Amino acid sequence: MSLIPNFRLFPTITIGLLIVPVLAGLVWTALPAFGHLPAAGFNGPNLQIFTDLLGWSGFWPSVKLTITTGVLATLLSTLIAMLILSAGAQSGGFQALRRFLSPLLSVPHAAAAFGLAFLIGPSGWIVRLFSPWATGWDRPPDVAIIQDPLGLAMVLGLVIKETPFLFLMGLAALGQTDADRSMAVARALGYGETSGWFKVVFPQVYRQIRLPILAVLAYSLSVVDVALILGPNTPPTLSVLILRWAGDPALDGRLMAAAAAMVQFLIVVLAIGFWRLVEVVGGLLLSRSFAAGRRQPRGRWVSDIGLSVGAILTALVLFGLLILGVWSVAGFWGFPNILPDQTSLKTWARLGPAIVETFADTAVLAAITVGLALVLVVGCLQAEVGQNRRPGAGAMVFLYLPLLVPQTAFLLGLQTMMIQLGFHSGLLPVIIAHLVFVVPYVFVSLSDPFRAWDPRLGVIGAALGHGPVAVLLRLRLPMLLRPILTAAAVGFAVSVGQYLPTLLIGGGRIATLTTEAVALSGGGDRKAIAVWALMQTLAALLPFLAAIVVPAWVWRHRKGV
Amino acid sequence: MFKKLMLATAMVLPGNVFADPNPADWDAVLSEAQGQTVYWNAWGGSTTTNDFIAWIGEQAATQGVTLEHVKLTDTADAVTRVLSEKQAGQDADGAIDMIWINGANFAAMKDAGLLFGPFAEQLPNWAYVDKEGKTVQTDFTVPVEGYESPWAMAQVVFMHDTADLPERLGSMQELLDWSVAHPGRFTYPQPPDFLGTTFLKQALVDIIADTSVLQAPATDENYDAVTAPLWDYLDQLTPTLWRQGKVYPATGPAQLQLIADNEVDLAISFSPGEATAAIANEQLPDTVRTFVLEKGTIGNASFVAIPYNSGSKAGAMVVANILLSPQAQVRAQDPNILGYGTVLDMAKLSASDRAAFDALELGIATLSPAELGSVQAEPHPSWMTRIAADWASRYGVAQ
Repeated sequence: MSLIPNFRLFPTITIGLLIVPVLAGLVWTALPAFGHLPAAGFNGPNLQIFTDLLGWSGFWPSVKLTITTGVLATLLSTLIAMLILSAGAQSGGFQALRRFLSPLLSVPHAAAAFGLAFLIGPSGWIVRLFSPWATGWDRPPDVAIIQDPLGLAMVLGLVIKETPFLFLMGLAALGQTDADRSMAVARALGYGETSGWFKVVFPQVYRQIRLPILAVLAYSLSVVDVALILGPNTPPTLSVLILRWAGDPALDGRLMAAAAAMVQFLIVVLAIGFWRLVEVVGGLLLSRSFAAGRRQPRGRWVSDIGLSVGAILTALVLFGLLILGVWSVAGFWGFPNILPDQTSLKTWARLGPAIVETFADTAVLAAITVGLALVLVVGCLQAEVGQNRRPGAGAMVFLYLPLLVPQTAFLLGLQTMMIQLGFHSGLLPVIIAHLVFVVPYVFVSLSDPFRAWDPRLGVIGAALGHGPVAVLLRLRLPMLLRPILTAAAVGFAVSVGQYLPTLLIGGGRIATLTTEAVALSGGGDRKAIAVWALMQTLAALLPFLAAIVVPAWVWRHRKGV
Repeated sequence: MFKKLMLATAMVLPGNVFADPNPADWDAVLSEAQGQTVYWNAWGGSTTTNDFIAWIGEQAATQGVTLEHVKLTDTADAVTRVLSEKQAGQDADGAIDMIWINGANFAAMKDAGLLFGPFAEQLPNWAYVDKEGKTVQTDFTVPVEGYESPWAMAQVVFMHDTADLPERLGSMQELLDWSVAHPGRFTYPQPPDFLGTTFLKQALVDIIADTSVLQAPATDENYDAVTAPLWDYLDQLTPTLWRQGKVYPATGPAQLQLIADNEVDLAISFSPGEATAAIANEQLPDTVRTFVLEKGTIGNASFVAIPYNSGSKAGAMVVANILLSPQAQVRAQDPNILGYGTVLDMAKLSASDRAAFDALELGIATLSPAELGSVQAEPHPSWMTRIAADWASRYGVAQ
């Protein structure tokens, strides 16, 4: 009996693994924020650091920028994703977008941001296309299109990545609603397609993607790499300031960083609270308007706008990747030439050896992390089978906790804590830090297919004399090969894309494609950036390809799996 | 449990793992270095420098040392890392074995006792170093005392795209006049980036009459009066900058892309050979040339230092020694590779090594040593720390 793993332990272990680093990291960030860092001769608690922080002239502009960009990005992503969903699965545009948006999800944030910068910047490809014949510009216009003071380029950089995420989360949620029949009723009652969808289907979908939306909100309020690449720098957003202060050789820099991280934590908490408030008030207002029964029979155009915007966002990412490809083989490429003056493989040849090595390191790190995450997630899901119940709303909040707490707020403390615990910088701490972010995504993408597996097959297995473990390993998991590989691909993409956890917890010794690409962003060597960003994208995309090809090959003699 | 502890102690003591290598006993250093991995934390923003460091790694491998380049966006990150390790009591086998360093970061680390040494003057290749002609024994006025080993000389030059700005500008005042006449065509990296702070220092040194005050630490009494002309200057310059001073490039190399895109026509560099190397690398148009100011420009040395808690001190010393070898120095000075000034004294080299240096072509955009003219001394680091902080609150928050 002792050989059978006790699956009931898995949820406890997994939740512990998720919340201990987050909470401990928060505490270790809070202490120096309140002036308590005995090792460096600071004995608190006191509020001196916060007084200094609030007195700094760049503080309030930075807070304002952080909030406006984060909230705007979340609002736009949610709105666009819902408009696309409202177009309905029947429309051709919807199906085409669906095919494109899924792979976009795996394009790392940094690569998408670089592509966007090379596309829309003042010396970017779009301006080149129209210069000088239409614009009259023989020099790039001296306008901050990217790094604009309002942070709009940064908002766009977030929207192109968060919209596919919310769209796919919404699509998954749609499957669990009674959308088709609800819409049939709405149509029969004379409601138009779009208004009917928003009145009967949207409330059902929204309830299920609330946590993903809040995760997007928390992420957008604390993102580092996109802000470094596309955001303004006089001053930058709070998370970039935190990173900058954390790297200050003077000791009070670390204290300032910790205090700013606490402010960022507060901003996210307040933003989530505010979002909930808007949900409640908005829900009341909407239900009154829904109950009023006003019909808007036309209104298809609203969904069409959603589809068009979705198509534009998709095009921005795809053309961005294309431009990265062109830059990677460019020789000298002056403005306003549409194509490079010369092309060469020099950049690839020069960076090749370093890239192969880093690619391998990135893949090994991601593979170990995803392997561990799969064991934990399958263990948790199998525990449900034994207990015949699903995790409640509370457990789901724990699952999302690492995605709801801003990274900067707990990673800074986690770094200090891990050093003090004797975890020398190395692979293991980084794997743990990655797991914190990978497990939630793997769980979200695997839980539905796992639960949807026909339990009668298990009963047959048991009747043939197999225990629950054999049923899991020999029936359920093999049959779930495709969703497992998809979940692994999602986890892989998440691990590949991690910037801050790799940088801070790895102590700089763990170099991944992402840390290398973002480190180059300051240097502005577009050719080198392009090569790194393309390889970063490839590392995230390959597992998705595998998730399609491998099951098709394994099941080539089977039907219906 | 006790058994385990005793076993661990027994394993540690005879080998004396935690004892530092003695730099004077070079054979012992070489044998201890065998199999060590050296994590060299060096600014990674320039691909040409990264390639050079990779080449140094190949040389180190032949001496049994594995060199890993940890690419930093800011050297201060490495300082912080060592500091937090010290706070955490991790006094052995820290994450960093060697740092490319100078100026304020060196002063901070030396002051806080975070460095291993003295070791630099015991390295075999120290014999070739030009101690008299080059500032290798003081770093921004702070005495080095063997706690860091020099490997390259740098001097400020300005890169100008002669297609748009044919004339050389002789002073910071001329630069301002030109920028006022041609708004939006000049910018500098955002302080605290080292090249950005260098631009501020260069401006200060060029516009004040008596620079000797900068050689002593800044005081509360003299700081405001001495720096007032700099703030006047920047108040006039900033509105004429690229993006009206609302956006700054993050680093020096980011300016190369701006020149290539024809966004700006003038940029500061701390490496006389950078422009030539960038033209060869197809990062700059071949119309770019360089100039220095009439009163001369700031110069300093780049060093490598070893943290006190490195687990590979012997390996790091081997790498520092390789950096000082004539082969590495001639490669660094080659404008097609790196274009960094050598720290070696030509008179101390063998005839064949000297011939290798003589054979180097300057490159189309590199000034000859005579044209580079006189070198102005770096101010004491305390000036820069204050100026960078003031710059951040005056111009770093343009909104």
